Amino acid sequence: MKIVVCVKQVPDSWAEKKLNPADNTLDREAADAVVNELDEYAVEEALQIQERLGGAEACTVTVLTVGPEKAIESVRKGLQMGADDGVHVVDDALHGSDALATSAVLAAAIDSLGPDLVLMGSESTDARMSVVPAMLAERTGRPQLTFAGKVDLDGDTVRIQRVTDYGYDVVEAKLPALVSVVEKINEPRYPSFKGIMAAKKKPVQTLALADLGLEAGVVGLAGSRSSVQDFAARPPRAAGTVVTDEGDGGTKVADFLSAQKFI
Amino acid sequence: MAEVLVLAEHAGGDVKKVTFELLTLARTLGEPAAVAIGEVSDDVVASLAAGGADTIYVANGAEYADHVVAPKVSALQAALAASGAVGILVPATAEGKEIAARLAVRTGAGIITDAVGVDAGFVAQQSVFGGSTLVHSVVTTGTPIIAVRPNSVAAEQYPGAARRIDLDVTVADIDRAATVTDRVAQERAGRPELTEAAIVVSGGRGVGSPEGFSVIESLADSLGAAVGASRAATDAGWYPHQFQVGQTGKTVSPQLYIANGISGAIQHRAGMQTSKMIIAVNKDAEAPIFDLVDFGVVGDLHTVLPQLTEEVTRRRG
Repeated sequence: MKIVVCVKQVPDSWAEKKLNPADNTLDREAADAVVNELDEYAVEEALQIQERLGGAEACTVTVLTVGPEKAIESVRKGLQMGADDGVHVVDDALHGSDALATSAVLAAAIDSLGPDLVLMGSESTDARMSVVPAMLAERTGRPQLTFAGKVDLDGDTVRIQRVTDYGYDVVEAKLPALVSVVEKINEPRYPSFKGIMAAKKKPVQTLALADLGLEAGVVGLAGSRSSVQDFAARPPRAAGTVVTDEGDGGTKVADFLSAQKFI
Repeated sequence: MAEVLVLAEHAGGDVKKVTFELLTLARTLGEPAAVAIGEVSDDVVASLAAGGADTIYVANGAEYADHVVAPKVSALQAALAASGAVGILVPATAEGKEIAARLAVRTGAGIITDAVGVDAGFVAQQSVFGGSTLVHSVVTTGTPIIAVRPNSVAAEQYPGAARRIDLDVTVADIDRAATVTDRVAQERAGRPELTEAAIVVSGGRGVGSPEGFSVIESLADSLGAAVGASRAATDAGWYPHQFQVGQTGKTVSPQLYIANGISGAIQHRAGMQTSKMIIAVNKDAEAPIFDLVDFGVVGDLHTVLPQLTEEVTRRRG
Protein backbone atom coordinates (compact mmCIF):
# COMPACT_ATOMS: atom_id res chain seq x y z
CA MET A 1 0.00 0.00 0.00
CA LYS A 2 1.28 3.40 -0.98
CA ILE A 3 -0.19 6.67 0.24
CA VAL A 4 0.67 10.12 -1.12
CA VAL A 5 -0.36 13.12 0.96
CA CYS A 6 -0.54 16.48 -0.85
CA VAL A 7 0.42 19.43 1.34
CA LYS A 8 0.59 23.14 0.63
CA GLN A 9 2.61 25.83 2.30
CA VAL A 10 0.43 28.84 3.08
CA PRO A 11 0.75 32.12 4.97
CA ASP A 12 -0.18 31.71 8.63
CA SER A 13 -3.97 31.91 8.81
CA TRP A 14 -3.72 34.32 11.73
CA ALA A 15 -1.55 36.75 9.74
CA GLU A 16 -2.65 39.69 7.60
CA LYS A 17 -2.19 38.70 3.96
CA LYS A 18 -1.72 40.89 0.92
CA LEU A 19 -1.29 40.82 -2.83
CA ASN A 20 1.90 41.88 -4.57
CA PRO A 21 1.11 44.86 -6.85
CA ALA A 22 3.85 43.84 -9.33
CA ASP A 23 1.90 40.86 -10.69
CA ASN A 24 -1.26 40.59 -8.56
CA THR A 25 -0.14 37.36 -6.91
CA LEU A 26 -0.07 36.48 -3.22
CA ASP A 27 2.85 38.12 -1.43
CA ARG A 28 4.30 35.02 0.20
CA GLU A 29 7.13 36.96 1.86
CA ALA A 30 4.71 39.18 3.78
CA ALA A 31 3.58 36.58 6.28
CA ASP A 32 5.06 33.59 8.13
CA ALA A 33 4.65 30.38 6.16
CA VAL A 34 3.09 27.28 7.71
CA VAL A 35 1.71 23.98 6.49
CA ASN A 36 -1.92 24.40 5.47
CA GLU A 37 -3.75 23.33 8.60
CA LEU A 38 -6.19 21.00 6.83
CA ASP A 39 -3.28 19.17 5.20
CA GLU A 40 -1.92 18.30 8.64
CA TYR A 41 -5.13 16.36 9.23
CA ALA A 42 -4.46 14.51 5.97
CA VAL A 43 -0.90 13.61 7.07
CA GLU A 44 -2.23 12.40 10.42
CA GLU A 45 -4.93 10.31 8.71
CA ALA A 46 -2.29 8.73 6.46
CA LEU A 47 -0.10 7.89 9.47
CA GLN A 48 -3.04 6.35 11.30
CA ILE A 49 -3.88 4.19 8.26
CA GLN A 50 -0.23 3.16 8.09
CA GLU A 51 -0.30 2.16 11.77
CA ARG A 52 -3.50 0.16 11.32
CA LEU A 53 -1.99 -1.69 8.37
CA GLY A 54 1.11 -2.63 10.38
CA GLY A 55 3.70 0.05 9.72
CA ALA A 56 6.11 1.03 6.96
CA GLU A 57 6.59 -2.54 5.67
CA ALA A 58 2.90 -2.75 4.79
CA CYS A 59 2.27 0.86 3.84
CA THR A 60 4.42 3.85 2.91
CA VAL A 61 3.48 7.51 3.30
CA THR A 62 4.95 10.06 0.88
CA VAL A 63 4.46 13.80 1.33
CA LEU A 64 4.10 15.75 -1.92
CA THR A 65 4.18 19.50 -2.39
CA VAL A 66 4.34 21.92 -5.31
CA GLY A 67 5.80 25.31 -4.49
CA PRO A 68 8.85 27.56 -4.18
CA GLU A 69 12.17 26.53 -2.51
CA LYS A 70 10.84 27.42 0.91
CA ALA A 71 7.87 25.06 0.50
CA ILE A 72 10.18 22.15 1.34
CA GLU A 73 9.56 23.13 4.95
CA SER A 74 6.03 21.77 4.59
CA VAL A 75 7.41 18.43 3.36
CA ARG A 76 9.80 18.36 6.34
CA LYS A 77 6.92 18.94 8.73
CA GLY A 78 5.18 15.87 7.30
CA LEU A 79 8.39 13.84 7.64
CA GLN A 80 8.79 15.02 11.24
CA MET A 81 5.28 13.85 11.98
CA GLY A 82 6.27 10.40 10.67
CA ALA A 83 5.90 10.20 6.90
CA ASP A 84 8.54 8.10 5.15
CA ASP A 85 9.71 10.28 2.28
CA GLY A 86 8.93 13.43 0.36
CA VAL A 87 8.62 14.86 -3.12
CA HIS A 88 9.00 18.57 -3.83
CA VAL A 89 8.10 19.91 -7.26
CA VAL A 90 9.88 23.23 -7.62
CA ASP A 91 10.40 25.30 -10.74
CA ASP A 92 10.66 29.02 -11.39
CA ALA A 93 7.95 28.68 -14.04
CA LEU A 94 5.41 27.70 -11.35
CA HIS A 95 5.05 31.22 -9.92
CA GLY A 96 1.50 32.51 -10.29
CA SER A 97 -0.11 29.15 -11.14
CA ASP A 98 -3.89 29.08 -10.65
CA ALA A 99 -5.78 26.06 -9.32
CA LEU A 100 -6.05 24.45 -12.75
CA ALA A 101 -2.31 24.77 -13.38
CA THR A 102 -1.43 23.59 -9.86
CA SER A 103 -3.71 20.59 -10.21
CA ALA A 104 -2.04 19.68 -13.52
CA VAL A 105 1.37 19.58 -11.80
CA LEU A 106 0.06 17.60 -8.83
CA ALA A 107 -1.69 15.17 -11.19
CA ALA A 108 1.51 14.57 -13.15
CA ALA A 109 3.40 13.91 -9.92
CA ILE A 110 0.70 11.57 -8.63
CA ASP A 111 0.61 9.68 -11.93
CA SER A 112 4.36 9.17 -11.74
CA LEU A 113 4.26 8.03 -8.09
CA GLY A 114 1.25 5.74 -8.66
CA PRO A 115 -0.12 5.58 -5.11
CA ASP A 116 -3.11 3.49 -4.05
CA LEU A 117 -4.48 6.37 -2.03
CA VAL A 118 -4.11 10.14 -2.33
CA LEU A 119 -4.95 12.17 0.78
CA MET A 120 -5.19 15.95 1.12
CA GLY A 121 -6.93 18.72 3.00
CA SER A 122 -10.27 19.81 1.57
CA GLU A 123 -9.10 23.40 1.10
CA SER A 124 -6.17 25.70 1.70
CA THR A 125 -6.46 28.59 4.09
CA ASP A 126 -4.96 31.07 1.61
CA ALA A 127 -6.96 30.76 -1.62
CA ARG A 128 -9.85 28.87 -0.01
CA MET A 129 -11.27 27.76 -3.35
CA SER A 130 -11.62 24.13 -2.33
CA VAL A 131 -11.42 22.94 -5.94
CA VAL A 132 -8.04 21.21 -6.27
CA PRO A 133 -9.20 17.83 -4.85
CA ALA A 134 -12.05 17.62 -7.41
CA MET A 135 -9.70 18.74 -10.21
CA LEU A 136 -7.15 16.10 -9.20
CA ALA A 137 -9.80 13.37 -9.16
CA GLU A 138 -10.87 14.44 -12.64
CA ARG A 139 -7.33 14.62 -13.97
CA THR A 140 -6.09 11.34 -12.49
CA GLY A 141 -9.29 9.38 -13.12
CA ARG A 142 -9.57 8.45 -9.45
CA PRO A 143 -12.88 8.21 -7.61
CA GLN A 144 -13.54 11.47 -5.77
CA LEU A 145 -14.07 10.95 -2.04
CA THR A 146 -14.02 14.53 -0.81
CA PHE A 147 -14.91 16.31 2.45
CA ALA A 148 -14.26 13.19 4.50
CA GLY A 149 -15.03 13.39 8.20
CA LYS A 150 -14.08 9.71 8.60
CA VAL A 151 -12.03 7.33 6.47
CA ASP A 152 -12.13 3.51 6.58
CA LEU A 153 -10.09 1.10 4.52
CA ASP A 154 -11.45 -2.38 3.98
CA GLY A 155 -9.21 -4.40 1.65
CA ASP A 156 -9.28 -2.55 -1.66
CA THR A 157 -12.39 -0.55 -0.71
CA VAL A 158 -12.19 2.89 0.84
CA ARG A 159 -15.26 4.26 2.57
CA ILE A 160 -15.73 7.80 3.87
CA GLN A 161 -18.31 9.93 5.59
CA ARG A 162 -18.72 12.87 3.19
CA VAL A 163 -19.74 15.84 5.31
CA THR A 164 -22.75 17.67 3.86
CA ASP A 165 -24.87 20.63 4.93
CA TYR A 166 -27.48 18.28 6.39
CA GLY A 167 -25.26 15.55 7.91
CA TYR A 168 -23.12 13.16 5.92
CA ASP A 169 -23.21 10.75 3.01
CA VAL A 170 -21.47 7.40 3.19
CA VAL A 171 -19.43 7.09 -0.01
CA GLU A 172 -17.30 4.19 -1.12
CA ALA A 173 -15.01 3.33 -3.98
CA LYS A 174 -12.32 0.88 -4.98
CA LEU A 175 -8.66 1.83 -4.77
CA PRO A 176 -6.86 3.66 -6.24
CA ALA A 177 -8.80 6.65 -4.94
CA LEU A 178 -8.50 10.26 -3.82
CA VAL A 179 -9.71 11.44 -0.42
CA SER A 180 -9.88 14.99 0.94
CA VAL A 181 -10.39 15.46 4.67
CA VAL A 182 -12.13 18.13 6.71
CA GLU A 183 -10.93 19.83 9.87
CA LYS A 184 -11.22 17.82 13.08
CA ILE A 185 -11.21 14.39 11.43
CA ASN A 186 -8.42 13.60 13.91
CA GLU A 187 -5.90 15.29 16.22
CA PRO A 188 -2.71 15.87 14.23
CA ARG A 189 0.33 14.80 16.28
CA TYR A 190 3.12 17.18 17.16
CA PRO A 191 6.51 16.06 15.87
CA SER A 192 8.50 14.45 18.69
CA PHE A 193 12.20 15.24 19.20
CA LYS A 194 12.94 11.78 17.83
CA GLY A 195 10.72 12.49 14.83
CA ILE A 196 12.48 15.76 14.15
CA MET A 197 15.90 14.09 14.26
CA ALA A 198 14.75 11.15 12.11
CA ALA A 199 13.25 13.46 9.50
CA LYS A 200 16.69 14.87 8.71
CA LYS A 201 17.71 11.50 7.25
CA LYS A 202 14.54 10.87 5.27
CA PRO A 203 14.80 11.19 1.48
CA VAL A 204 13.21 14.14 -0.31
CA GLN A 205 13.15 14.01 -4.09
CA THR A 206 13.23 17.36 -5.88
CA LEU A 207 11.57 17.44 -9.27
CA ALA A 208 11.43 20.11 -11.94
CA LEU A 209 8.58 20.42 -14.45
CA ALA A 210 10.68 18.71 -17.12
CA ASP A 211 11.07 15.65 -14.86
CA LEU A 212 7.29 15.31 -14.98
CA GLY A 213 7.11 15.83 -18.72
CA LEU A 214 5.42 19.20 -18.29
CA GLU A 215 6.20 22.31 -20.26
CA ALA A 216 6.63 25.68 -18.61
CA GLY A 217 3.84 27.20 -20.73
CA VAL A 218 1.11 25.12 -19.07
CA VAL A 219 1.80 26.50 -15.58
CA GLY A 220 2.56 29.76 -13.85
CA LEU A 221 1.05 33.08 -14.81
CA ALA A 222 1.43 32.19 -18.50
CA GLY A 223 -0.45 28.90 -18.27
CA SER A 224 -3.21 29.99 -15.91
CA ARG A 225 -6.73 30.41 -17.28
CA SER A 226 -7.87 33.12 -14.95
CA SER A 227 -6.19 36.30 -13.86
CA VAL A 228 -6.55 39.09 -11.35
CA GLN A 229 -7.28 42.36 -13.19
CA ASP A 230 -6.89 44.67 -10.24
CA PHE A 231 -7.27 44.77 -6.49
CA ALA A 232 -7.78 47.35 -3.80
CA ALA A 233 -8.02 47.46 -0.06
CA ARG A 234 -11.66 47.22 0.90
CA PRO A 235 -12.87 50.64 1.98
CA PRO A 236 -13.30 50.51 5.74
CA ARG A 237 -16.90 50.01 6.73
CA ALA A 238 -18.56 53.26 7.74
CA ALA A 239 -18.40 53.57 11.49
CA GLY A 240 -21.54 52.16 13.05
CA THR A 241 -23.38 53.09 16.19
CA VAL A 242 -22.15 51.42 19.35
CA VAL A 243 -24.17 51.84 22.54
CA THR A 244 -23.56 50.58 26.07
CA ASP A 245 -26.25 48.38 27.54
CA GLU A 246 -28.10 50.16 30.30
CA GLY A 247 -30.84 47.59 30.66
CA ASP A 248 -32.32 48.41 27.26
CA GLY A 249 -29.61 47.01 24.92
CA GLY A 250 -31.89 44.35 23.47
CA THR A 251 -34.65 46.87 22.79
CA LYS A 252 -32.18 49.16 21.06
CA VAL A 253 -31.06 46.36 18.75
CA ALA A 254 -34.72 45.60 18.03
CA ASP A 255 -35.29 49.29 17.20
CA PHE A 256 -32.34 49.13 14.78
CA LEU A 257 -33.71 45.92 13.19
CA SER A 258 -37.13 47.55 12.80
CA ALA A 259 -35.60 50.63 11.18
CA GLN A 260 -33.74 48.34 8.75
CA LYS A 261 -36.97 46.41 8.09
CA PHE A 262 -35.63 43.08 9.36
CA ILE A 263 -38.58 42.91 11.76
CA MET B 1 -28.78 37.30 -26.94
CA ALA B 2 -26.42 34.58 -25.83
CA GLU B 3 -27.36 32.25 -23.01
CA VAL B 4 -25.83 32.25 -19.54
CA LEU B 5 -26.20 28.92 -17.75
CA VAL B 6 -27.16 28.73 -14.08
CA LEU B 7 -26.65 25.43 -12.27
CA ALA B 8 -29.86 25.02 -10.24
CA GLU B 9 -29.72 23.80 -6.64
CA HIS B 10 -32.80 21.89 -5.69
CA ALA B 11 -33.79 19.25 -3.17
CA GLY B 12 -37.03 17.42 -2.60
CA GLY B 13 -38.82 19.42 -5.30
CA ASP B 14 -37.79 22.79 -3.85
CA VAL B 15 -35.47 25.13 -5.69
CA LYS B 16 -33.00 26.87 -3.38
CA LYS B 17 -32.92 30.62 -3.07
CA VAL B 18 -29.38 30.94 -4.44
CA THR B 19 -30.65 29.64 -7.80
CA PHE B 20 -33.01 32.61 -8.14
CA GLU B 21 -30.21 34.95 -7.15
CA LEU B 22 -28.03 33.51 -9.92
CA LEU B 23 -30.85 33.72 -12.48
CA THR B 24 -31.26 37.40 -11.56
CA LEU B 25 -27.52 37.89 -12.01
CA ALA B 26 -27.52 35.94 -15.29
CA ARG B 27 -30.15 38.34 -16.70
CA THR B 28 -27.62 41.18 -16.38
CA LEU B 29 -25.10 39.15 -18.42
CA GLY B 30 -27.23 37.53 -21.10
CA GLU B 31 -30.26 35.30 -21.47
CA PRO B 32 -30.74 33.27 -18.28
CA ALA B 33 -30.96 29.50 -18.72
CA ALA B 34 -31.23 27.05 -15.84
CA VAL B 35 -29.68 23.59 -15.74
CA ALA B 36 -31.62 21.21 -13.49
CA ILE B 37 -29.97 17.88 -12.73
CA GLY B 38 -31.28 14.96 -10.67
CA GLU B 39 -34.87 14.19 -9.78
CA VAL B 40 -36.39 17.13 -11.61
CA SER B 41 -40.12 17.36 -10.93
CA ASP B 42 -42.56 19.57 -12.82
CA ASP B 43 -42.60 21.78 -9.71
CA VAL B 44 -38.87 22.38 -10.05
CA VAL B 45 -39.27 23.32 -13.72
CA ALA B 46 -42.18 25.64 -12.88
CA SER B 47 -40.19 27.33 -10.09
CA LEU B 48 -37.24 27.90 -12.41
CA ALA B 49 -39.56 29.40 -15.03
CA ALA B 50 -41.12 31.71 -12.44
CA GLY B 51 -37.62 32.62 -11.26
CA GLY B 52 -36.61 33.94 -14.64
CA ALA B 53 -35.21 31.07 -16.71
CA ASP B 54 -35.88 31.53 -20.42
CA THR B 55 -34.64 28.01 -21.07
CA ILE B 56 -34.51 25.09 -18.69
CA TYR B 57 -32.12 22.29 -19.52
CA VAL B 58 -33.19 19.13 -17.74
CA ALA B 59 -31.07 16.08 -16.96
CA ASN B 60 -33.67 13.99 -15.19
CA GLY B 61 -32.69 10.90 -13.25
CA ALA B 62 -32.53 9.66 -9.67
CA GLU B 63 -29.11 8.08 -10.30
CA TYR B 64 -27.38 11.50 -10.31
CA ALA B 65 -27.61 11.41 -6.53
CA ASP B 66 -25.92 7.99 -6.34
CA HIS B 67 -22.41 9.17 -7.23
CA VAL B 68 -20.19 12.03 -6.13
CA VAL B 69 -20.58 15.00 -8.54
CA ALA B 70 -18.93 13.50 -11.66
CA PRO B 71 -22.19 12.51 -13.46
CA LYS B 72 -23.54 16.01 -12.83
CA VAL B 73 -20.44 17.39 -14.52
CA SER B 74 -21.35 15.38 -17.63
CA ALA B 75 -24.89 16.80 -17.53
CA LEU B 76 -23.68 20.39 -17.16
CA GLN B 77 -21.22 19.84 -20.00
CA ALA B 78 -24.08 18.52 -22.16
CA ALA B 79 -26.05 21.69 -21.38
CA LEU B 80 -23.06 23.79 -22.35
CA ALA B 81 -22.78 21.96 -25.66
CA ALA B 82 -26.51 22.23 -26.35
CA SER B 83 -26.73 25.92 -25.49
CA GLY B 84 -23.49 27.41 -26.75
CA ALA B 85 -23.63 29.51 -23.58
CA VAL B 86 -21.16 32.35 -23.06
CA GLY B 87 -20.83 31.84 -19.32
CA ILE B 88 -21.73 29.47 -16.50
CA LEU B 89 -22.76 30.50 -12.99
CA VAL B 90 -22.83 27.96 -10.19
CA PRO B 91 -23.58 28.45 -6.50
CA ALA B 92 -20.37 28.69 -4.45
CA THR B 93 -21.39 25.75 -2.30
CA ALA B 94 -19.14 22.76 -1.64
CA GLU B 95 -20.78 20.69 -4.36
CA GLY B 96 -21.29 23.59 -6.77
CA LYS B 97 -17.58 24.37 -6.66
CA GLU B 98 -16.63 20.71 -7.16
CA ILE B 99 -18.84 20.45 -10.24
CA ALA B 100 -17.37 23.69 -11.56
CA ALA B 101 -13.82 22.48 -10.86
CA ARG B 102 -14.24 19.25 -12.81
CA LEU B 103 -16.03 21.01 -15.65
CA ALA B 104 -13.11 23.45 -15.90
CA VAL B 105 -10.69 20.53 -16.31
CA ARG B 106 -12.91 18.94 -18.96
CA THR B 107 -13.49 22.08 -21.01
CA GLY B 108 -10.07 23.63 -20.42
CA ALA B 109 -11.76 26.86 -19.37
CA GLY B 110 -10.83 29.06 -16.45
CA ILE B 111 -12.73 29.07 -13.17
CA ILE B 112 -13.29 31.73 -10.53
CA THR B 113 -14.81 30.86 -7.18
CA ASP B 114 -16.47 32.73 -4.35
CA ALA B 115 -17.45 35.75 -6.42
CA VAL B 116 -19.61 38.27 -4.60
CA GLY B 117 -20.66 39.92 -7.85
CA VAL B 118 -20.23 39.57 -11.61
CA ASP B 119 -20.03 42.61 -13.88
CA ALA B 120 -20.51 42.90 -17.64
CA GLY B 121 -18.02 40.81 -19.56
CA PHE B 122 -17.95 38.25 -16.72
CA VAL B 123 -15.61 40.30 -14.55
CA ALA B 124 -15.92 38.68 -11.14
CA GLN B 125 -15.67 40.56 -7.89
CA GLN B 126 -14.05 38.66 -5.04
CA SER B 127 -13.47 39.61 -1.47
CA VAL B 128 -10.29 37.93 -0.21
CA PHE B 129 -8.01 37.74 2.84
CA GLY B 130 -10.77 37.95 5.37
CA GLY B 131 -12.61 40.59 3.39
CA SER B 132 -9.69 43.04 3.59
CA THR B 133 -9.09 43.12 -0.17
CA LEU B 134 -11.45 43.48 -3.14
CA VAL B 135 -10.29 41.78 -6.32
CA HIS B 136 -11.54 41.87 -9.90
CA SER B 137 -10.76 38.67 -11.78
CA VAL B 138 -11.43 37.38 -15.25
CA VAL B 139 -11.31 34.06 -16.99
CA THR B 140 -8.81 34.32 -19.81
CA THR B 141 -9.43 31.00 -21.57
CA GLY B 142 -12.69 29.35 -22.61
CA THR B 143 -16.27 29.84 -21.45
CA PRO B 144 -16.01 31.42 -17.98
CA ILE B 145 -17.15 29.29 -15.04
CA ILE B 146 -17.91 31.43 -12.01
CA ALA B 147 -19.02 30.20 -8.59
CA VAL B 148 -21.04 32.93 -6.86
CA ARG B 149 -21.68 33.09 -3.14
CA PRO B 150 -25.25 32.88 -1.89
CA ASN B 151 -26.76 36.24 -0.92
CA SER B 152 -24.53 38.15 -3.35
CA VAL B 153 -27.49 39.64 -5.21
CA ALA B 154 -31.17 40.08 -4.32
CA ALA B 155 -33.35 37.64 -6.27
CA GLU B 156 -36.02 39.19 -8.44
CA GLN B 157 -38.97 37.22 -9.73
CA TYR B 158 -38.87 37.67 -13.48
CA PRO B 159 -41.03 35.16 -15.34
CA GLY B 160 -38.93 33.66 -18.12
CA ALA B 161 -39.89 32.11 -21.44
CA ALA B 162 -39.59 28.69 -19.77
CA ARG B 163 -38.64 26.62 -22.77
CA ARG B 164 -37.79 23.10 -21.57
CA ILE B 165 -35.06 21.09 -23.26
CA ASP B 166 -34.29 17.58 -22.07
CA LEU B 167 -30.62 16.73 -22.30
CA ASP B 168 -29.16 13.55 -23.67
CA VAL B 169 -26.34 12.82 -21.23
CA THR B 170 -23.77 10.06 -21.47
CA VAL B 171 -22.19 9.23 -18.11
CA ALA B 172 -18.91 7.32 -18.31
CA ASP B 173 -18.31 4.36 -15.99
CA ILE B 174 -15.35 6.16 -14.42
CA ASP B 175 -17.75 8.91 -13.27
CA ARG B 176 -19.74 6.31 -11.33
CA ALA B 177 -16.68 5.12 -9.38
CA ALA B 178 -17.55 6.89 -6.09
CA THR B 179 -20.88 5.54 -4.92
CA VAL B 180 -23.14 6.98 -2.24
CA THR B 181 -24.34 4.03 -0.16
CA ASP B 182 -26.17 5.89 2.61
CA ARG B 183 -27.33 9.38 3.58
CA VAL B 184 -27.42 10.42 7.20
CA ALA B 185 -29.34 13.55 8.16
CA GLN B 186 -28.47 15.23 11.41
CA GLU B 187 -30.83 17.29 13.50
CA ARG B 188 -30.98 20.88 12.31
CA ALA B 189 -34.08 21.94 14.21
CA GLY B 190 -35.67 23.27 11.02
CA ARG B 191 -33.19 26.12 10.66
CA PRO B 192 -31.97 27.37 7.29
CA GLU B 193 -28.61 26.24 5.99
CA LEU B 194 -25.76 28.33 7.36
CA THR B 195 -24.23 29.31 4.02
CA GLU B 196 -27.59 30.16 2.43
CA ALA B 197 -29.37 31.89 5.31
CA ALA B 198 -30.37 35.53 4.95
CA ILE B 199 -29.71 36.05 8.65
CA VAL B 200 -27.02 34.35 10.77
CA VAL B 201 -26.81 34.58 14.56
CA SER B 202 -23.41 33.47 15.92
CA GLY B 203 -21.92 32.83 19.32
CA GLY B 204 -18.32 32.84 20.50
CA ARG B 205 -16.19 32.62 23.60
CA GLY B 206 -18.50 34.99 25.44
CA VAL B 207 -21.32 32.44 25.29
CA GLY B 208 -19.41 30.61 28.02
CA SER B 209 -20.85 27.09 27.82
CA PRO B 210 -22.76 24.61 25.64
CA GLU B 211 -25.95 25.54 27.52
CA GLY B 212 -25.26 29.19 26.78
CA PHE B 213 -26.00 28.54 23.12
CA SER B 214 -29.70 28.26 23.93
CA VAL B 215 -29.92 32.09 23.99
CA ILE B 216 -28.22 32.19 20.57
CA GLU B 217 -30.62 29.57 19.21
CA SER B 218 -33.67 31.33 20.63
CA LEU B 219 -32.73 34.59 18.95
CA ALA B 220 -31.99 32.76 15.70
CA ASP B 221 -35.36 31.03 15.77
CA SER B 222 -37.21 34.30 16.43
CA LEU B 223 -35.58 35.73 13.29
CA GLY B 224 -35.77 32.59 11.16
CA ALA B 225 -31.97 32.63 11.13
CA ALA B 226 -29.20 30.04 10.96
CA VAL B 227 -26.88 29.56 13.95
CA GLY B 228 -23.12 29.92 13.62
CA ALA B 229 -20.21 29.74 16.04
CA SER B 230 -16.68 31.07 16.25
CA ARG B 231 -13.72 28.75 16.35
CA ALA B 232 -13.27 29.45 20.06
CA ALA B 233 -16.75 28.06 20.69
CA THR B 234 -16.39 24.99 18.45
CA ASP B 235 -12.87 24.22 19.74
CA ALA B 236 -14.25 24.34 23.28
CA GLY B 237 -16.86 21.81 22.23
CA TRP B 238 -19.78 24.12 22.99
CA TYR B 239 -21.29 23.86 19.52
CA PRO B 240 -20.85 21.34 16.68
CA HIS B 241 -17.91 21.95 14.43
CA GLN B 242 -19.93 22.08 11.19
CA PHE B 243 -21.40 25.42 12.30
CA GLN B 244 -18.03 27.13 12.57
CA VAL B 245 -17.79 30.42 10.70
CA GLY B 246 -14.29 31.55 9.79
CA GLN B 247 -11.14 30.89 7.87
CA THR B 248 -11.09 27.16 8.56
CA GLY B 249 -14.87 26.86 8.65
CA LYS B 250 -17.79 28.15 6.62
CA THR B 251 -17.89 31.47 4.80
CA VAL B 252 -21.20 33.26 5.08
CA SER B 253 -22.40 36.42 3.38
CA PRO B 254 -25.90 37.02 4.76
CA GLN B 255 -28.04 40.15 4.71
CA LEU B 256 -27.61 40.36 8.47
CA TYR B 257 -24.95 38.84 10.75
CA ILE B 258 -25.31 39.08 14.51
CA ALA B 259 -22.05 38.28 16.36
CA ASN B 260 -22.44 37.58 20.05
CA GLY B 261 -19.51 37.22 22.42
CA ILE B 262 -17.15 37.14 19.43
CA SER B 263 -14.07 39.36 19.59
CA GLY B 264 -13.60 39.53 15.82
CA ALA B 265 -10.16 38.00 15.26
CA ILE B 266 -9.06 37.72 11.62
CA GLN B 267 -9.81 33.99 11.74
CA HIS B 268 -13.49 34.82 12.24
CA ARG B 269 -13.67 37.94 10.08
CA ALA B 270 -12.51 35.88 7.10
CA GLY B 271 -15.77 33.98 7.27
CA MET B 272 -18.28 36.79 7.68
CA GLN B 273 -16.86 40.15 6.66
CA THR B 274 -18.85 40.38 3.43
CA SER B 275 -22.14 40.27 5.36
CA LYS B 276 -24.34 43.18 4.25
CA MET B 277 -25.11 44.34 7.77
CA ILE B 278 -23.34 43.41 11.00
CA ILE B 279 -24.52 43.69 14.58
CA ALA B 280 -22.37 42.73 17.57
CA VAL B 281 -22.98 42.24 21.26
CA ASN B 282 -19.85 41.99 23.38
CA LYS B 283 -18.83 42.82 26.93
CA ASP B 284 -15.49 44.23 25.79
CA ALA B 285 -15.86 47.72 24.32
CA GLU B 286 -12.37 47.33 22.76
CA ALA B 287 -13.24 44.15 20.83
CA PRO B 288 -12.21 44.52 17.15
CA ILE B 289 -15.62 43.27 16.03
CA PHE B 290 -16.98 46.74 16.86
CA ASP B 291 -14.86 48.16 14.00
CA LEU B 292 -17.07 46.22 11.58
CA VAL B 293 -20.50 46.81 12.97
CA ASP B 294 -23.44 48.82 11.75
CA PHE B 295 -24.83 48.58 15.27
CA GLY B 296 -23.17 47.33 18.42
CA VAL B 297 -24.04 46.88 22.06
CA VAL B 298 -21.40 46.79 24.76
CA GLY B 299 -23.04 44.48 27.24
CA ASP B 300 -23.62 40.94 28.43
CA LEU B 301 -25.18 38.79 25.72
CA HIS B 302 -26.95 36.76 28.39
CA THR B 303 -29.12 39.76 29.27
CA VAL B 304 -29.20 41.61 25.92
CA LEU B 305 -30.19 38.63 23.74
CA PRO B 306 -33.21 37.38 25.75
CA GLN B 307 -34.58 40.93 25.74
CA LEU B 308 -33.95 41.19 21.99
CA THR B 309 -35.57 37.81 21.33
CA GLU B 310 -38.65 38.88 23.26
CA GLU B 311 -38.85 42.16 21.34
CA VAL B 312 -38.44 40.42 17.97
CA THR B 313 -41.14 37.90 18.83
CA ARG B 314 -43.49 40.66 20.06
CA ARG B 315 -42.93 42.92 17.05
CA ARG B 316 -43.26 40.08 14.58
CA GLY B 317 -46.53 39.32 16.37
